[in-house]
Amino acid sequence: MLKHLSTKLLMLAAILFCGVTSAFAQGGTVTGVVTDASDGMFLPGATIVVKGTTQGTVTDINGSYSIQVNANQVLEFSYVGYATQEFVVQPGTTLNVVLQSSAQSLEGVVIIGYGSVKKKDATGSVSVVGQDEFNKGAITNPVGLIAGKVAGVQITSNSGAPGEASTIRIRGGSSLNANNNPLIVIDGVVTSGEGGSGSRSALNALNPADIESFTVLKDASATAIYGSRASNGVILITTKKGREGSPLKLEYDGKLSFYEKPKPLGVLSSDEFVKLFTSKNPNQVNMLGVYYDQDGHQVAGNDSDSTNTHTIYNTDWQDEIYRSAFAMDHSLSATGAYKTMPYRVSLGYTDQDGTLKTSEFTRTTISAALNPTFFKGYLKLNINANGTFIKNRFANRSAIGAAAQMDPTKPVLSTDGSYGGYYAWLGNGGGLNSMATSNPVALLEQQTDKSDLSRFYGNFQADYKFHFFPDLRANINLAIDNSDNKGTVYVPNYAAWATDNIRGGGRDDKYTGKNKNELLDFYLNYKKEVPSIASVFDVMAGYSWQHFWYENTWDNKNIPIIIDPVTGDSTGQKLYPISGVDRGELFLVSFFGRLNYSFMDKYLLTATVRQDGTSRFSEDNRWGLFPAVGLAWKINEEGFLRDSKVISQLKLRIGWGKTGQQDVGGYYGYQGGYSIGTQNSMYPFGNVYDTVIRPNGYNPNIKWETTTTMNIGIDYGFFNDRLYGSIEYYNRKTTDLLTYAPVPAGTNFVNNLNQNIGDLENRGVEFSINGRIISNEEMFWELGLNATYNKNEITMLYDGASLENSNSTISGGVGNVIQIHQVGESASSFFVYEQVYDNDGNPIQGLYVDRNGDGIINSSDKYIYKNPNAPLYFGISSTFNYKKWAFFFSGRANFGNYVYNNAQSELATFDRLYRDEGPYAGNVLSSATDINFNIPQYFSDYFVQEASFFRMDDITLSYTFENLLKNSLNIRVSATCNNAFVITNYDGLDPEVFGGIDNNLYPRSRVWVFGVNLQF
Amino acid sequence: MKKIFYILALMAIAAVFNACIKDLDTVPIDPDEVTAEIIFKNPEAYTQFLAKCYAGLALGGNDGDGQGDISGIDGGFSPYLRQYWYHQELTTDEAVISWEDQTIKDFHYQQWGTSDVFIAAMYARIVYQVTLVNEFLRQSEDGRLSDRGINEEWKAKIAQYRLEARFLRALSLWHGLDMFGGTILVTESDPIGDPDFFPPRVTKQQMFEYIESELKDIETQMVAPREWATSGQYGRADQASAWTLLVKLYLNAEVYIGQPKYTESIVYANKIIGSSYELAPTWQQLFWANNDQVDATMQEIIFPIRFDGIHERTNGGTTFIINAAVGGKMDKADYGIPGDNGGWGGTRVTPEFVGKFDLETDKRATFFTDGQNLSIDDINLFAEGYAYPKFVNLSVVNGDTINGSDGNMVDTDFPMFRLADVYLMYAEAIVRGGTGGNLGDAINYINELRLRAGVPTINDITLDFILDERARELAWECHRRTDLVRFGKFSESTYVWQWKGNVKQGQSTNVKYNVFPIPDSEVSSNPNVSQNPGY
Repeated sequence: MLKHLSTKLLMLAAILFCGVTSAFAQGGTVTGVVTDASDGMFLPGATIVVKGTTQGTVTDINGSYSIQVNANQVLEFSYVGYATQEFVVQPGTTLNVVLQSSAQSLEGVVIIGYGSVKKKDATGSVSVVGQDEFNKGAITNPVGLIAGKVAGVQITSNSGAPGEASTIRIRGGSSLNANNNPLIVIDGVVTSGEGGSGSRSALNALNPADIESFTVLKDASATAIYGSRASNGVILITTKKGREGSPLKLEYDGKLSFYEKPKPLGVLSSDEFVKLFTSKNPNQVNMLGVYYDQDGHQVAGNDSDSTNTHTIYNTDWQDEIYRSAFAMDHSLSATGAYKTMPYRVSLGYTDQDGTLKTSEFTRTTISAALNPTFFKGYLKLNINANGTFIKNRFANRSAIGAAAQMDPTKPVLSTDGSYGGYYAWLGNGGGLNSMATSNPVALLEQQTDKSDLSRFYGNFQADYKFHFFPDLRANINLAIDNSDNKGTVYVPNYAAWATDNIRGGGRDDKYTGKNKNELLDFYLNYKKEVPSIASVFDVMAGYSWQHFWYENTWDNKNIPIIIDPVTGDSTGQKLYPISGVDRGELFLVSFFGRLNYSFMDKYLLTATVRQDGTSRFSEDNRWGLFPAVGLAWKINEEGFLRDSKVISQLKLRIGWGKTGQQDVGGYYGYQGGYSIGTQNSMYPFGNVYDTVIRPNGYNPNIKWETTTTMNIGIDYGFFNDRLYGSIEYYNRKTTDLLTYAPVPAGTNFVNNLNQNIGDLENRGVEFSINGRIISNEEMFWELGLNATYNKNEITMLYDGASLENSNSTISGGVGNVIQIHQVGESASSFFVYEQVYDNDGNPIQGLYVDRNGDGIINSSDKYIYKNPNAPLYFGISSTFNYKKWAFFFSGRANFGNYVYNNAQSELATFDRLYRDEGPYAGNVLSSATDINFNIPQYFSDYFVQEASFFRMDDITLSYTFENLLKNSLNIRVSATCNNAFVITNYDGLDPEVFGGIDNNLYPRSRVWVFGVNLQF
Repeated sequence: MKKIFYILALMAIAAVFNACIKDLDTVPIDPDEVTAEIIFKNPEAYTQFLAKCYAGLALGGNDGDGQGDISGIDGGFSPYLRQYWYHQELTTDEAVISWEDQTIKDFHYQQWGTSDVFIAAMYARIVYQVTLVNEFLRQSEDGRLSDRGINEEWKAKIAQYRLEARFLRALSLWHGLDMFGGTILVTESDPIGDPDFFPPRVTKQQMFEYIESELKDIETQMVAPREWATSGQYGRADQASAWTLLVKLYLNAEVYIGQPKYTESIVYANKIIGSSYELAPTWQQLFWANNDQVDATMQEIIFPIRFDGIHERTNGGTTFIINAAVGGKMDKADYGIPGDNGGWGGTRVTPEFVGKFDLETDKRATFFTDGQNLSIDDINLFAEGYAYPKFVNLSVVNGDTINGSDGNMVDTDFPMFRLADVYLMYAEAIVRGGTGGNLGDAINYINELRLRAGVPTINDITLDFILDERARELAWECHRRTDLVRFGKFSESTYVWQWKGNVKQGQSTNVKYNVFPIPDSEVSSNPNVSQNPGY
């Protein structure tokens, strides 16, 4: 980017200038200023040392320095968190230096877990995304910052709900039933990934504005240091810190966002509905609209008595449940140093209303980071403390499906105030018609579903360089992460959709969730340069202990229905209080070590080993050993390339390693035991109800799942790194796959159990290229592109059989599962019937290809047709600066992904118009008349539809006012459009559906964001 | 000095490591999770475990239908009785269903495959019951009871529990023999959790003999007929329960093992008929919510599956049977299910079944016809086919209608075995050539049923008449598939009904459908299990 180039230009200028002046002076002063590459601000407190001497200085508050040098001495400019630079200098000259934050520097230092390494010396597949490259705009969940930025990493927001979690997949999922999420490490603290009940996402506790960089470790030689939890990659998050010697710097960042009202599903309007309904069900037309008696009270469903009046309404139910919404986001931070104590404190506040009415998310974050050094740098401390307070209100998402289905001839409100003022379907007898679609607006407005979350997490890290043996470092890290959630769900007993005149209606539920995560890491690091053999050794050995604990409680009841407000006599007094508590804990203990060896600064070796023990498995299977080796060859350091004008960087990396997976199901899967039944599951002898007890299923042999990764990569840079990137090939084989699979009947207390059965493979190629197309004083344009090809294949499974994907239940019918896992196919492939079409290419209802030719169409004729995983996906981002203007965009594309259009398979059939259970009328999708099915054909491959897309995630234009108020203030104003547009042929609402089943998606809307950033 | 410091530091570190490694030995900290050794010190636990063995017939799991006992199927679908009902009724002329749940229509069309989710669930349920009982028998062994300090009084109680548990195991194994041609056979002497153990699928002959020997062993030791009911323990299996199962086993022996055992069937039918079980005065009462509260019905019901809307929160069992039968123009309040999820509009009957009744006089013809077509043009519509609300969640006491305790989940017990069935089996065994009884008694017994139903008595009986009378008397009580198979009228062309074979007028299917296939998952996970012929 710009700073790279300007640094290099400055270097060149300095060297040229120094060269010219060197003849004149023997000793004298060099002066200049040091600035920060990321924002151009002066950098106070940077250290300047004359190499080989004890002579040095630091920059003052204005970033200026002045130092005595002799001719041809070397000045070393350094600063914590920044790449060190060296210059040959001559007395009497001026040398202005721009330092780059190491996170975003090609030459910088990257953190790799229990230590760091120079980027150019990394042997594994490591990608760093610094804050300058982050996605912009309305991003509440931190991982949204890097969506589309890294090859091999797919980030899909689960929906458009405020504060919603995202699903992250690095190089495809390595497991079937075990956790496929990457491990997330925040400032060296391994998180559990659990937000606890009532939380939308564990990562939401982190304010995106506090994040400095993301480091993504992809291959085993990089991740194996995290052993048993690294099979799906590791994301290291580094938060912003203060810098030694720097003055107080304040920063305010504010955003105001406007969420457009989402695009609805295409359903029939009231007029169209009446027409279609009448043609299909001429005998039932008196179901449409509402009949009122002379007093204006609604009367039973189809009571067309002559004295009653009849009204056909025109309600657009989807229009009623969605809204445009505002959000605001404020972050304020103070960064500086008190003597040798750099600090950063920040305050963040986010308030976002959801586009589905009633949903809301507010978050307040407080964070403080101290990182002082003592004893001349021998002891470094790192103290982080974060508090997060989140208030959620969850919308009742069943309103989404209900709004698509609800009869448009019905009104939103009741005329007589019954059922809390909302219209409700009545049955034949005049009572509620409980089978009919619930009023979508009532579903939203009559449910108050809130949670309050408070979370504290922090760590204390001490890094001590031994006084008498400075090559040796000891590092200890103590961390805690506590969250405490409280939630309530309240529905009044007069809500028609939750009423029960026998046992009382509504809901009055309370729940709590507590999560506790404690961590202790300790490691020793020994680094030694042995010039005699041109070698550098860097050895690390450590120990880690981690404890996870949770407790959930719930206390649910109904509300009695009072009949007589005067006497207080009530019916439905039988409350059904159901309460309980659920608790568990998990321990992980690990030993690990790593050797980094560099020979002649060209040949690099990293060897890693980690031994992990988990309390999840029995003593015999508890320990897993995870080794890895990485080799790298810096080809550009070889003589034949060293002076190349074209090739500035060329590194070949080969890595191999094993990682594990133990995160499956419960915490006690290997132990038998007894579960006590709840008050819902009692059995009577006579009239005495007994609590029941049940032996639990268990697998005493359950053990680690192991993923072996092979990775070959080339990092390249041309023309002084104006063009750079990497290309990688990987192959990840998972063996002893933790699979939820059938057990032979009679051998256990369950019929399915987590077992180590099966193999799975992910193969792929990743390519990334970044180019500075224009780079001059006024104008700068950098374009980055990454592309990934990934193929996921199950290579062995459970005696060659296939397994239903129990997570692929569709809406419509009960228990209908649309995906299976089968050998030779991608995990979660769609398993459907092959549709037969007529001569005009229209699907014929219920007619499928008899694939096995036995004359009967039954479940044996299903076949595998496509899968939801995109084999090919891309990310693109562009930064264009002209003077103080900046224009930024980033987008993503998926190719070859398929989606099961469940909205269509369920809601585009004529039998939805009139349902005789109830009976009631319901709306259908406009596409029903094209598809022409009377009854749902859930398993037709017609509904498995291609959903390739390109999504423009954000477009931002900003302008910076620099050096206002006597150079003390910078203001940047920006306008962003998030989710600007999607290009796709997919028929449904949104082609991007994690898991590939498109139903009742909380729509993602377009967002307009106006931002201001002040630095002073 | 420094050395000592280092040694001490190392020792301290070693101690910390060791302590932390010990952390990996965890035990559950959840209050609802307990180890066997702790829980069985309390004698009540044996009652609770036996209650689970019974509840296994009724409920989906340990939290209503939540915390499911079996997996791979929706919790509300998973309960034993709901699946048993699907298999025994949906496959016959007694029921069709309009829903689109997975492969549910394949039952009525008689075209199910080997990967059918419901069939897999039924198989799993049967073996689950067997596995539960096996574990109960292991945990309640006399030696173990002594080790745990269980006193003699409790030991005597537990000895009775063990007999009941074995009855439940025999019942499920019989279901397996009847529907699957036999499941695998595991007993309390087989291991649990051993990946190298593959239970054998014994021959039908061996399974028959095992069930027979178990029942004969326990029937003498169990409590006398109705003893539980009269001592406030209604619902527990007594001698008559074991006898009824023997009658059924012998009556179908020709189907199972190719040997007629009608005489043996009559031996045990006589014991039941001679016991204190009596017919209920009115037929309809047997299917009311209070059928476990009044002696009038309890005296006929030999073995019920107990249900209760408050304590047994299930969507299976009679909750399913009652709710699924109510839809269209029926007012769900009339059937005791006015709740927020009452009346599911699913099940009806075929016109062939309706044709067996004298609709004017037979009190058992409880059809609902308003808005319902007799003939079924479209199986997906509730309006096609008569509705048949035989079971209800209300009772009439002294002229007052009393609802069940919940508006959706019902109180009505399911009469798995009842005396009327025994009468009809007795008659059939005699007509089929069994000895030890006489035709005159048989006719009298059937006339008792007919008089109760308000239809004319008869003077002679044929096998076809008995089959039809069984349909009228016992419809929806999970006997129909077994009966049709025994009469050679299930898959065969000798009798067809609408939509059998997936055509409106009905057609024969394939004789292989007389038993269900062994689920694919079982065939592939257990090398000792081979598929049934034809699948």
